[in-house]
Amino acid sequence: MSKHVVATVSEIPPGQRKLVTVRGRSIAVFNLDGEYFGLFNRCPHQGGPMCEGILTGLIESDEPGHYKYSRKGEIIRCPWHGWEFDVRTGQSYCEPERIQVRSYPVEVAEGTRVVEGPYVAETVPVTIEEQYVVVDV
Amino acid sequence: MSSALLERAVAHETKIGVIDCDVHHAMRSSKDLYPYLPARWREHLETYGSRRPTPFTGSSPYFKAAPALSRKDSWPRNGGPPGSDLAFLQEQLLDRYGIEAGMLHLLSPTGMDQRNQELAPVLCRAINEWQFHEWTQKDQRLKAAIVVPGEDAAAAVAEIEHWAGNRDFAQVSVVTHTIEPLGRRRYWPIYEAAAAHGLPIGLHSSGNNGYAVTAAGWSSYYVEEHHEVSMSQQALVTSLVCEGVLARYPSLKVVIVEAGLAWVPSLCWRLDRQWARMKDEVPHLTRPPSSYVREQVWFTTQPMDEPERPEDILSILEWIGWDRILFATDYPHWDFDNPETAFKAQMTEQQRRMVFRDNARAVYGLG
Amino acid sequence: MGFPAVGAIDCDVHPAVPGMRALLPYLEEHWREQVTVRGIDGLDPSSYPVNVPANGRPDWRPAAGKPGSDVGLMRQHVLTPFHTRYAILNCLYGASSVFNMHLAAALCRAINDWVAAEWLDKEPRLRASIVVPVQDAEFAAAEIDRCAGDTRFVQVLLPAAGESPLGKRQHWPIYVAAERHGLPVCIHAGSTFRHATTKNGWPSYYLEDYVVGSHAFQAQLLSLISEGVFSKFPGLTVVLAEAGFTWLPQFMWRAVKTWRAMRAEVPWVDRAPAEIIRDHVRFTLQPSDAPPDPRQMEQTIEQIGSDRLLLFSTDYPHWHFDGDAALPEGLSQSLIQRMLVDNPLETYPRLKGTLQ
Repeated sequence: MSKHVVATVSEIPPGQRKLVTVRGRSIAVFNLDGEYFGLFNRCPHQGGPMCEGILTGLIESDEPGHYKYSRKGEIIRCPWHGWEFDVRTGQSYCEPERIQVRSYPVEVAEGTRVVEGPYVAETVPVTIEEQYVVVDV
Repeated sequence: MSSALLERAVAHETKIGVIDCDVHHAMRSSKDLYPYLPARWREHLETYGSRRPTPFTGSSPYFKAAPALSRKDSWPRNGGPPGSDLAFLQEQLLDRYGIEAGMLHLLSPTGMDQRNQELAPVLCRAINEWQFHEWTQKDQRLKAAIVVPGEDAAAAVAEIEHWAGNRDFAQVSVVTHTIEPLGRRRYWPIYEAAAAHGLPIGLHSSGNNGYAVTAAGWSSYYVEEHHEVSMSQQALVTSLVCEGVLARYPSLKVVIVEAGLAWVPSLCWRLDRQWARMKDEVPHLTRPPSSYVREQVWFTTQPMDEPERPEDILSILEWIGWDRILFATDYPHWDFDNPETAFKAQMTEQQRRMVFRDNARAVYGLG
Repeated sequence: MGFPAVGAIDCDVHPAVPGMRALLPYLEEHWREQVTVRGIDGLDPSSYPVNVPANGRPDWRPAAGKPGSDVGLMRQHVLTPFHTRYAILNCLYGASSVFNMHLAAALCRAINDWVAAEWLDKEPRLRASIVVPVQDAEFAAAEIDRCAGDTRFVQVLLPAAGESPLGKRQHWPIYVAAERHGLPVCIHAGSTFRHATTKNGWPSYYLEDYVVGSHAFQAQLLSLISEGVFSKFPGLTVVLAEAGFTWLPQFMWRAVKTWRAMRAEVPWVDRAPAEIIRDHVRFTLQPSDAPPDPRQMEQTIEQIGSDRLLLFSTDYPHWHFDGDAALPEGLSQSLIQRMLVDNPLETYPRLKGTLQ
């Protein structure tokens, strides 16, 4: 693993993302409300360009017909089969147990109700050094 | 249940040319057909338009997963809907995946389910002209299906006769949601003509006939309907077998497109068991239903079934017959199968060659 | 050899209503009169024409009358040879297809009272489903409430193909009542013919209608799951009767695949459809639609992924097997034991309550 500057902070304002190639791998860095998160641009399902998908909020429900909307812009939907991934953690919002993929350690924010994913998108550690966005790949 | 590792597609030493048996080209707009339509029908389409037994002029009541049913990254750079730009399709599909041939299935507009019976054959002719001039003549890798107005069998036969022998057209296409199940005798002349010309019938889920999406009524959600289209295809296979179409036209080849295929063995087991106790109703079937399926029906792979144990797909492919499986991407739709990663189980080199290329060459008579 | 003598519980047996005359004594007076004045009769369901050979095994057809119309013959034909501890009666008379909802409700009341008097009272091994007018959920709930006090009624009966998918909210009063009384809901093969039997229109042959009948069940499962019935009614069990089951693995795979893409459309579905099915849905054995190779049945059972889903049935008097060969090849001994006794006892709590 080594560190690479991929952007200046001002290049990725809140709500935006930047797609870059680092060491031959396609990565996206997202700015969620001032925090930066990195994901490899490859969906664990069929390898689609996951990070080029639409950012949505999270729709949950405790009862049929009741909708709870939160975390606007923090869920990335793969542009192919539409699978939902939490940009912060790479966790998918479908289907429990069964399958695991190689992933970097991720931290799950408290209070988030996440279905323990089989399909976890590979996250990329991101740090800010002065005005630079740095990934560790 | 045992846990399993998500496997990347197995790296392959040899690169095999792929034949994609389900590619969706599209019109930029309905005006694409105007050069091929008489003025009277241009005016008709601009005013009364396409009329089918559906509630909206601009959409199915089952809203899809994505705009134009398509991958977000499949919208061409120069505008136009997914599948409408040949150059973009060549780049994103044919060249990207080494596709040596792509079998085109046009989903919109459909001619066959037009409620105006005069419009149907005119529209089909225009569609076929457009396919020929704008697609297959511009890229010889692409093969079209002869779109026919199948609710009028005589007109459908005339359309087949018009294009038969033209190497740009590799199969005959009818919609699947028809006024009667496709095995019924009103459609038999179409099969006779197709078989006579050595053209397979390509059956891609399509069309509107006003019947409820299930025998139990109208589902609420796309998550249901998107699964139920496969059941319609299963009923279609059942119809072609039980009505005796396959028995009557033993040289007829049928390709079931975009239905997945994991359902084939259990449907055939059920067909065989039930035929065994009801065969007196259908004396025209002289052998078990599955034998007709085994000999005359092919299945495209998309949407790839995803067993909980990925290797379970192999016994299904084995049961259907390695020579009956046709790889398809369904490009540019959202549930597209990537030829490099769609199969999560290991096949032999020979099996891969058959599934990805040789079976399609045989069925469609490609070089 | 013979069938295992373990006190099997037969979860799908059909008593035949001889005709409307048999129900007259159980109808209210004004209905009795209307039925007679208007000649209301002939409600044998089109899904089961009586003379179709498959609908009555030759050695189960009486010299006179319909197969399944005599309790003495039922004892002789199935209760004795299968060493049956209990058999659950599913009466398939066509009340659920009647358009007049008040008449439908009245017919259901009469059918249930007829079943109790002519069958349950005469044979202590028999239990029954409560026949309800699916056309009107409030009426159906009322009938469940009316019959539930008789603990010989062990579940609620609905047809596989009605006017609208069973997961939809208009049907929920049925599940409220069923869950309150601890009764499973049984969906049984057969159509009310409100809709064509396929999305492609009306097939020519009875054989086709029967084969595609499994799709109605699959649509119902998708509906029940997608509408959130199992999260709204966590205590509900659904039994699919005469549905087949070898289609189940591929159905689950596709249902899960589609749900993964469309989760946000039905966010109240909070776990994979396959898990919901394993927890809440059961299947009677006939027809087993067995593959010719027993190893494929073994593989199918493995893929189903649970030994709790199958419930033994003969589907008497429908003809699925000869002699006592009700068990298809490829089932393990432990699965057979679970299927014959344990799974039915777990599915039907009322059976445990009345165990001798």
